[in-house]
Amino acid sequence: MVGVIFGITMFKSEAASWFRIYEMFQFKSFHMYGIIGSALALGVVFVQLIKKGKIRNFDGEQIIIPPKAMSVPRYLLGGLFFGFGWALAGACPGPMFTLTGAGYWPILVVIAGAVGGTFVYGLLKDKLPH
Amino acid sequence: MELIFEPWPWYVSGPMIAVIMLLLLMSGKNFGMSSNLRTFCTIAGAGKASDFFKFDWKAQRWNLLVVAGAVIGGFIAMNYLTADPAVKINEDVVVQLRELGFSTAGQAYLPEKLFSADVFTQPATLGLLLLGGFLVGFGARYAGGCTSGHAISGMSNLQLPSLIAVIGFFAGGLIMINFLFPLIF
Repeated sequence: MVGVIFGITMFKSEAASWFRIYEMFQFKSFHMYGIIGSALALGVVFVQLIKKGKIRNFDGEQIIIPPKAMSVPRYLLGGLFFGFGWALAGACPGPMFTLTGAGYWPILVVIAGAVGGTFVYGLLKDKLPH
Repeated sequence: MELIFEPWPWYVSGPMIAVIMLLLLMSGKNFGMSSNLRTFCTIAGAGKASDFFKFDWKAQRWNLLVVAGAVIGGFIAMNYLTADPAVKINEDVVVQLRELGFSTAGQAYLPEKLFSADVFTQPATLGLLLLGGFLVGFGARYAGGCTSGHAISGMSNLQLPSLIAVIGFFAGGLIMINFLFPLIF
């Protein structure tokens, strides 16, 4: 159910549009920055409330969010590759699935590429700087 | 009600994404879409090729349901909640894209050049889509997350690694569009 809302939001917000991603990287519209920025602003508030124990999980227990391990090359290099692909394919992993549902079949080729990229990362993992 | 059929403004969409993240956290899950690509590999038997794919994918079934939901959501949004899928991007960008050969800029949801059914007979375009996807998949796993995992979840938790990853996302995107697009298109 959360996925359905997510899919509808991705499509209707136009975050799944190749054109919006291109426009974002040209800094020609506030739209995408507004989406990410407002999600983040509210997200920060939610996470702070979680840490203070004001928001608990559905069983009433404290939610623990594990911190991410620190590294620079991993995030910077991985991020660069991701950015190349994001701009070229115009879709990140969430919207890829949304576009499949919307019937843009060539996105299946992008998904196949993404699964392939994930597989190759798995093979090369120990040889890459992390 | 009619507003639903229009594109949703950022101040509706952004907070909805934050609420989706919160609902997943409250269910004992986390918001991260690219992890599913790893699960796909594992289900296809990639565990034989690398230990990276040896994990109990059934514990990730909830996330596969999110994927299924995203597909269904895309179907519903496209077919029942959208009057006109054209994305009204900035006029300067429309002019710029038309010069690059993207003739449907401003009139469609996705560029015809890359996403019309004709591309299945165009090996060069298929190659570009495959490459784009490959970079997304490889980069997301290398960086340990994508837009949902780093830009939204990680940065909401004020994680420096996520900020570095997002700087990488943007650096990559800017290089691609400003330096590589003129060579590709």
